[in-house]
Amino acid sequence: MVTMRAIHRKLLRNLWAMKGQSIAIALVIASGVAMSVMSLSTLRSLQATRETYYQRFRFAEVFASFKRGPLSLQQRVEDIPGVAGVEPRIVKSVNLIVAGLREPAVGHLISIPDHQPPRLNQLYLRRGRMPEAGRLEVVVGESFANAHGFQPGATVDAILNGRLRTLRIVGIVLSPEYIVEMNAADMLPDFKRFGVFWMPVTEMEAAFDMDGACNDLSLTLMHGALEADVIRQVDNLLADWGGIGSFGRVDQMSHRFITDEISQLRAMGLVTPIIFMSVAAFLLNIVMTRLIDMQREQIAALKAFGYHNGEVASHYLGFVSIIVTAGVVVGTGLGIWMGQGLTQMYTRFFHFPIFQFDMDWVTAGLTTLVCAVAAMAGTIGSLWSASRLPPAEAMRPKSPGEYRPSFIEKFGLQRWLPQTWRMILRQIRRRPLKTAFSIFGIAMAAGVVVLGNYASDALDFIVDFQFRQVQRQDLWINLAEPSATDAIHDFHHMKGVVTVEPFRALPVRVHSGPRSRRLSILGMAPDRKIFRVMAQSGDEPPLRNDGLVLSAKLAELLKVKIGEYVTVDVLEGKRPTVQVRVMGTVDDLSGTNAFALQPFVNRLAEEGPLVSGAWLSVDSKHLDELYAELKATPRVVGVTANAASIQSFLDTVGENQLRMQGFVIGFAIVIAAGVVYNTALISLSERDRELATMRVLGFTRAEISVVLLGELAILTLIAIPVGLVMGYGMAWLSSRSIHTDLFRIPLVIYPSTYARAAIVVLIAAVISGAIVRRRLDRLDLFAVLKGQD
Amino acid sequence: MNSSAITSVPVFSTRDITKVYRMGEVCVHALRGVTMDLYRGEFVVLLGPSGSGKSTLLNILGGLDVPTGGSVRFLDHNLTQSTDRELTQFRRDHVGFVFQFYNLIPSLTARENVALVTEIASNPMAPAEALALVGLGARLDHFPAQMSGGEQQRVAIARAVAKRPDVLLCDEPTGALDAKTGVVVLEVIEQINRELGTTTAVITHNAMIAEMADRVISLSDGRVSEIRRNERKRPASEIVW
Ligand SMILES: Nc1ncnc2c1ncn2[C@@H]1O[C@H](COP(=O)(O)OP(=O)(O)OP(=O)(O)O)[C@@H](O)[C@H]1O
Ligand SMILES: [Mg+2]
Repeated sequence: MVTMRAIHRKLLRNLWAMKGQSIAIALVIASGVAMSVMSLSTLRSLQATRETYYQRFRFAEVFASFKRGPLSLQQRVEDIPGVAGVEPRIVKSVNLIVAGLREPAVGHLISIPDHQPPRLNQLYLRRGRMPEAGRLEVVVGESFANAHGFQPGATVDAILNGRLRTLRIVGIVLSPEYIVEMNAADMLPDFKRFGVFWMPVTEMEAAFDMDGACNDLSLTLMHGALEADVIRQVDNLLADWGGIGSFGRVDQMSHRFITDEISQLRAMGLVTPIIFMSVAAFLLNIVMTRLIDMQREQIAALKAFGYHNGEVASHYLGFVSIIVTAGVVVGTGLGIWMGQGLTQMYTRFFHFPIFQFDMDWVTAGLTTLVCAVAAMAGTIGSLWSASRLPPAEAMRPKSPGEYRPSFIEKFGLQRWLPQTWRMILRQIRRRPLKTAFSIFGIAMAAGVVVLGNYASDALDFIVDFQFRQVQRQDLWINLAEPSATDAIHDFHHMKGVVTVEPFRALPVRVHSGPRSRRLSILGMAPDRKIFRVMAQSGDEPPLRNDGLVLSAKLAELLKVKIGEYVTVDVLEGKRPTVQVRVMGTVDDLSGTNAFALQPFVNRLAEEGPLVSGAWLSVDSKHLDELYAELKATPRVVGVTANAASIQSFLDTVGENQLRMQGFVIGFAIVIAAGVVYNTALISLSERDRELATMRVLGFTRAEISVVLLGELAILTLIAIPVGLVMGYGMAWLSSRSIHTDLFRIPLVIYPSTYARAAIVVLIAAVISGAIVRRRLDRLDLFAVLKGQD
Repeated sequence: MNSSAITSVPVFSTRDITKVYRMGEVCVHALRGVTMDLYRGEFVVLLGPSGSGKSTLLNILGGLDVPTGGSVRFLDHNLTQSTDRELTQFRRDHVGFVFQFYNLIPSLTARENVALVTEIASNPMAPAEALALVGLGARLDHFPAQMSGGEQQRVAIARAVAKRPDVLLCDEPTGALDAKTGVVVLEVIEQINRELGTTTAVITHNAMIAEMADRVISLSDGRVSEIRRNERKRPASEIVW
């Protein structure tokens, strides 16, 4: 302290005197930095964790299933150029009867070698032990086990090959193949009603009469092998064995689901922080500009004593650096902390057996740079103009600014305006640019709050749209295999069933040029009440008997337009390949779908009027009886309740998004408060002399408060609507970026969100106003008028 | 009085300097050709009606501003052709300023305000010594807000002289003070001039103050209208107004 230079003390004292403002600015920076560091680090960690998991547990790259084939297929597939390893398996879908669960559940039974770990898709044993052959022992995926509270030792009844058997759970496992345990037929995971089980291969062979046979192959590829080539050759080979089309990781359900989740996170993790950082940078720029402006006289004095421009500049840059550094350090720390929490949450959600947190130092560095540049630019900009001011200025008292009557007064309205309001209006009028910046700053704060709340609005909209407008079935029934229409007639007679709508879901691969997608074409009746095909606008495009209506997202992925043709490889029955015309698109929110009328789909498959399932609306009073009856219907392999789907949606997509949103909203509020507070305090310091003079002239504290607070009120009131519009723009930017196969986030903002943003900004304004008012009350008239700054 | 310190060496010499302020359409001719010299160790008072160009002239002498035409020399420096950087260095090395409104840095104490300048000077006195010189040895750690106007002005003078400048330029140093306080401030300036031999120029409206000077230079309408030498310098303590 003894050797500290006077100019450095000035710096520290300035910082201390403006501690409120400095802290507010530092917090704005911290918010932007924390957002960026949190989301990008989480993103990196998630990707890295998944990659490590895949590698360590040897997740396969190509997946093929077929009706039944000899084990010798393994050798033949290994001979295909580019194939590195092949694991033959038996995979069977079975109905489960779980104690305490009304509706039937579906299980996937997968064979593993009796005595050694599988070569691909290896399991991580969480609890218990691996199963031994001959005792109907299985290990089960953790999600299903957790959903039912199963511990090793529990049992589940399953119908294996038409016989009710009791499976003994001896261990709980994780698999890279089922990071998200979900049925390929479902849109969303449902951990209660879908489980994956692994069983020794000899046991599987015995239970399903599959001695020396297999019905599923997992492949890894050699480095540089062309996946599409391998898939084509595998499909050719398996066509004789009832293959239903092999596919790569992109079409693998669990992989796709996580990829979607990661890309949503990326959208959140890139766009939102970018918006936050720009807002923070902009505000920093304004605030620094005005802070330096206020110090013009001191700058001139320093220069008059012989301080060089460089010394003066480094003095103020030092001031800025301290604030920026504080903001960046706090923000980075906060970002790491929250990023770890979020990564941990995702690790739990995805049941990763490993936790890996990868700090994204590049982001941290970049955000620091952005903040520093923004702050420095504001500082240097106003230092530049201050340094061009001849130091002679310092020798004179500040010259009075030029004021003119405001435009309101031009209309002769001043008669109704008290003096104080005239001062306010003229002040605003005199510095239109500064006024505009203040409004813009406060507006941005409001905009950020809108953005923060937008995602939860969009989620509400999706739930309403997807589950109350589009899919209005109470139950979604899948049949074991395509069946004649009478299979459906039985449903009409079941107790509690009100309406039945049959559908045909035909598994296909759709190509257009080099792009292809695996999906099921949904063939439906022309007049449907339960399951609708609906655009976001509420329009229902008519389904056709001469072509497909595609999800707009699918058309975009395949790069096809209405009127063009796509190639459809049917992956069931006679497996024809046909050219089909795209007759329309629909901007639905979920999945990549293709729709047509049922007869058209049957014609595509070169089959009779077969159906693969039905949507039911049900009288909820009889739901239990209906479930019991469905359990006893062997043809039925899957029953999904809509209510369960909504819950599952909210549990998965919803919860993660909302957690993230919580952070966003928190930061938005910090930014809003920071901006308004700074704006108010700066205008106080700019006008303290004037206000002190008014006090001397006999104005009361309340009257002089009006001058300052009235200005704040006008700025805030103008800024709020501007901010709401800006918020809409930010939400639009962010909705553009959240566009995945699984979900599109629509641009929906409810009035309540706007109201909330307005209220947050108003509250920030009121609190800032109160602080300013307190300062005014303590205003030291004497000091101010003696000529202190 | 002791006038032996005054030499005939001109410290400043201005030749025909003009200063035009251009404000859009309007040109204000603040100086219309000023020629004068300032000699080492002398005490000069600049007199003149408001708007006559006194401050403008002083600012140009102090390197705060540059003339529109003419030349200004400080010893062997040509101030007219100096860059901003050179002018800054010139102020740092040679000039002490006292402003009418003190212009102390409010966030620094008296001692620190002085230190602000001594820290960048080559041969300064200690801040405490400079403050003792102006009779504020006991107020070292007071902030400007805790001092009266006269005290603040004395801090400003201490700040100006602490670096042992060659010239001390004061623009209406007593303008904001009452007579009694003004005299105290003037005594300090007089004492600095006498004891340190600092060439001193003081702007004032007060003709009584002019009697303290070795020479009085009167300006009117941007020109030197009269230069008068005082036969007898009246000490500050005798001045009343
Ligand atoms: N920055 C400026 N821009 C425009 N005109 C200026 C500026 N500074 C001074 N002037 C004008 O130059 C003229 C001389 O001003 P100056 O400040 O030198 O007068 P002065 O003699 O010091 O007056 P006073 O005794 O009132 O301080 C005045 O007419 C003034 O209006
Ligand atoms: Mg003047």
